[in-house]
Amino acid sequence: MKKKIIEIQNVYKSFNGHRVLNDINLSIHEGEILSLLGASGTGKSVLLKELIGLIKPDSGNIFVMGKNVTQMNEDALIKLRVHVGMLFQGAALFDSLTVSENIAYPLREHLNLSENEIKSRVSEKLHLVGLKGIEAKMPDELSGGMKKRVGLARAIATDPEIILYDEPTTGLDPMTAQRINELIMELQKKLGITTIVVTHDLHCVKTVSDRIAMLHEGKIITVGTWQEIASSPLKEVKDFISGNICL
Amino acid sequence: MNLLLSIDKTIKKFLLSMGQVTLLTFKGFWGIFIPPFNMKLLLKEIDNFGAGSLLLVDIIALFTGMVMSLQTIYGLSMYGAEMYVGSVVSLSIVRELGPVLTSIMVGARIGSGIAAEIGSMQVTEQIDAMRALGASPIKKLVSPKILAGLITLPLLTITADFIGIFGGLIIAIFELDIDHIFYFNSILTTITISDFLSGIGKTIFFGLLIAVIGCYFGLKTSGGTTGVGRSTTISVVTISISILIADFFLTKLFLMVL
Repeated sequence: MKKKIIEIQNVYKSFNGHRVLNDINLSIHEGEILSLLGASGTGKSVLLKELIGLIKPDSGNIFVMGKNVTQMNEDALIKLRVHVGMLFQGAALFDSLTVSENIAYPLREHLNLSENEIKSRVSEKLHLVGLKGIEAKMPDELSGGMKKRVGLARAIATDPEIILYDEPTTGLDPMTAQRINELIMELQKKLGITTIVVTHDLHCVKTVSDRIAMLHEGKIITVGTWQEIASSPLKEVKDFISGNICL
Repeated sequence: MNLLLSIDKTIKKFLLSMGQVTLLTFKGFWGIFIPPFNMKLLLKEIDNFGAGSLLLVDIIALFTGMVMSLQTIYGLSMYGAEMYVGSVVSLSIVRELGPVLTSIMVGARIGSGIAAEIGSMQVTEQIDAMRALGASPIKKLVSPKILAGLITLPLLTITADFIGIFGGLIIAIFELDIDHIFYFNSILTTITISDFLSGIGKTIFFGLLIAVIGCYFGLKTSGGTTGVGRSTTISVVTISISILIADFFLTKLFLMVL
């Protein structure tokens, strides 16, 4: 059994009196791909952001690489985030920077590399996500799928140990979504990165996940492999998979 | 009862906002002195704050000086003292109109731009991305804007003062056929260094207000593009009101100190 790289203990979170996360407990092991599955508004993205301290839980503990994120100040979190990459739902590329500058951003922030080394690292990461020759383009010149891939290249620029994907295939055509799914698996295979995917895309979940945790009304109601989830007797899981609830 | 609860809620919200603005001011100001220092970013902000506002500020200063001159000639002519137009116009511009009008104009132009820029970054998760990439949005976005405000607003005000006085001269020459040497001499005998310093001194505070309030409302943005619009509007209103309120207290302060 591989060691736990992330451990979530009794996490609660509410916004304006509305409870979004309700006693979340979950462990993620080194090198695995875990998908957080659930309908929109069930708190998946909130939980993902709590893992790197972008949002603080109301109570509970979150240990990432042995450190309690809930107890850390912003300076300590900045140091931790070097080891964690995150792909945002809309890619969140910086509008005012070129593709190359976007990918180089974390390198310039944290690593003492020469401009030539940065350039070569940018090309390497772009190649890894299947893009080339777009270094000088601005984000608004890219398609949705390209933006996601550039976002992914930026997320892996510092060779993080953990990568978090927030709805990586949402809004993409099936071909591009499949390409992103393949990339998630390739990166895990090539670099051994621990991966957490937040999604409500069942195809994505089925394709990439080692394990799946399903969130329903702020609680994790089941954790298991796709086969285990697909054969779950729970009504909420069955309804979600068969599309009987509104996403 | 509902009214009391509503007043209580509003007061608490106001105090919370004031606390957050104060904290942002300290963190942003502190960030100026923490390495690494990004000169490229600072120059970009100075260019945006200063060079981008120069023409607007100078046009407004020119016409303000001209209107001031017209009104002063009208007012002083009742007492046969219209020859002192240079003294009155320059004193008004250097002590009050130059700093305040420049700051309100720059506040409207730059404050709204800052709120819109940071607000758009907030709603498209770019601020979260910046934090996730291990960078501090305060150090990257707020501190350079504060420093740019502190540097450029006094410089813009100096140019506005000169252009405003020049505008006054044009009207004085055309309306009264005043000799320009006489006009400038009357200014030099009236304006003291403390008049000049009190006007410029205020703009350092106004520059800080513009940058911090713009950044604050930008960072507080939520609710998509509608939220960005709301932040932009509220930042301009707040900056304008804050400048006028701060102007009163700073004027009192400088009158006591200088």
